[in-house]
Amino acid sequence: MTAINPIAFYLFAGVALAFSVMTVLRKNPVSSAFSLVMVFFSFAGIYAILGAHLIATLQVLVYAGAIMVLFVFVVMLLNSDSPSFDFRRTPALFRVAAGLVCAALFVLFVRVFKNSPPVLTPGAFTAEAVDAAGGNTRVISELMFSEYVLPFELTSVLLLAAIVGAVALAKRHSVAKPVSKKGVAHVAATR
Amino acid sequence: METILSTLNGLWASNANLITTAVMAVVVAVSLLQVVPLMVWLERRGSAVMQKRHGPNRLGPLGLFQGIADGIKAVFKEDNPPAHVHKFFYRLAPVVCLIPAYMTFAVIPFASSITIGGHTINFQVADLNVGFLYIFSIASLGVYGIIMAGWSSNNKYSLLGSLRSSAQMISYELSLGLSVIGILMIFSSVKLGDIVRQQGELLVQLGPIAIPKWGFFVQPLGFLIFLVSAYAETNRLPFDLPEGESEIVAGYHLEYGSMHFALFMMAEYINMTVAAALTVTLFFGGWQMLPGLPQLHQLIIEQFQLVALAGDGLRVLFEFGSFAAKTAFFLWLFVWVRWSLPRFRYDQLMDLGWRVMLPLSLVNIFVTGILIYYKVV
Repeated sequence: MTAINPIAFYLFAGVALAFSVMTVLRKNPVSSAFSLVMVFFSFAGIYAILGAHLIATLQVLVYAGAIMVLFVFVVMLLNSDSPSFDFRRTPALFRVAAGLVCAALFVLFVRVFKNSPPVLTPGAFTAEAVDAAGGNTRVISELMFSEYVLPFELTSVLLLAAIVGAVALAKRHSVAKPVSKKGVAHVAATR
Repeated sequence: METILSTLNGLWASNANLITTAVMAVVVAVSLLQVVPLMVWLERRGSAVMQKRHGPNRLGPLGLFQGIADGIKAVFKEDNPPAHVHKFFYRLAPVVCLIPAYMTFAVIPFASSITIGGHTINFQVADLNVGFLYIFSIASLGVYGIIMAGWSSNNKYSLLGSLRSSAQMISYELSLGLSVIGILMIFSSVKLGDIVRQQGELLVQLGPIAIPKWGFFVQPLGFLIFLVSAYAETNRLPFDLPEGESEIVAGYHLEYGSMHFALFMMAEYINMTVAAALTVTLFFGGWQMLPGLPQLHQLIIEQFQLVALAGDGLRVLFEFGSFAAKTAFFLWLFVWVRWSLPRFRYDQLMDLGWRVMLPLSLVNIFVTGILIYYKVV
């Protein structure tokens, strides 16, 4: 197993943490969204120093590149300058509850990482084995289209169902509405 | 002197990879910077030719130095951001636009390799395992600069421009990504170096004409979809809706002046260069020499009795020349199309992206799969 560069790790991890905090604390929703982009970018950096270049690229392509663009898009369309949530105005009970939940989560993490073995045992896919088999991209795609083809296809069906559901929900009102002759003509003209 | 030379030799031997990569990165970055004023000149002269005008013709031969004058003007112009903008993001936006544009060129090979003193130099900044996926992932970040600019300008036209741009980029990114899947299936690699090398193989021999296995000949439909999507991704006419000046003045860069505006222009031209270079690399054999050049290369070596290293150097020069010539043609095509076609309407643009380009690219993948299954390609 190859050791990762500690400087690079702490750099990316620190940036990720800093921008995560920014994402939560910024009042402006657009700043929050851009901070989240930076968090995803730092994650990609961590994947890259672990040698998982394909995952790093897909992280940037899918999360930082596609999903966050939609996030920013929606935030910009709403264009609300007022903060959606101000923690100073929340009731005291809520604050105490939030603090307790955070503390519980922290304790849970500490327990999990204390009991895990200090050195993880590498599986069949060590860096050398992956390189010998033709690199990350080839190994992952071959596995995905042979051994894991059923879960892969099932996931895509799940996503398709989500898309159909979203369209059905969005269209429910407009379909039920009777369309006047003028309206039809207008729709035809804009096509 | 001896000691210095030997130290240098030692340094070269131990850090050869690092040194060549650093030199390559600097050379690529600087040459990309040179493309910008040249493209601005080409665009203005090209439009002038098509409209029977003169274009910029006063500064230098054929007006070639116009770009330098424009640059100096942009640098020394007064730079007052409007009072109503969100300062931090307003300043950041042009940089966010420019950096991804620069980063994408890193994986494009512009010549094959040469061996000097036992060390092989690949003419490519980084030969990543993920290949052109890297280009798509970095290029998809460029849209943030446009979104930032539009939003932080706090201006309706700017916001409309950036909304249009992000919608357009998301729509056409799909068909852009899917159009390359066919190439991926045929060459069975995402590494651009491998793809270019395989394009040197012979596809068919039609009498005296040998047709190489260029992406264009095995994936004509994929090429068409890729080219159209690339035009939409770079916000060039006929898809420059984000800047449609007759409707939204100038779109996302409306509130920008001086060098900030120039940075957006630079990002656009560098994006065009990367798009042209990627088109060449995926579909037109990349650095594979243009027809006739291999024979010429052989002739020169025989005629002048060149040693192996000089012959290799000449080969690299020819390959780079071929790559540059092909890329230059596609850059010219950008200008050509811009001054030939009118702008789409916005609903037509979305229709084309989702109802024509996306299904076509899926059909292309399907047909390619069948052809590969029956061992036609």
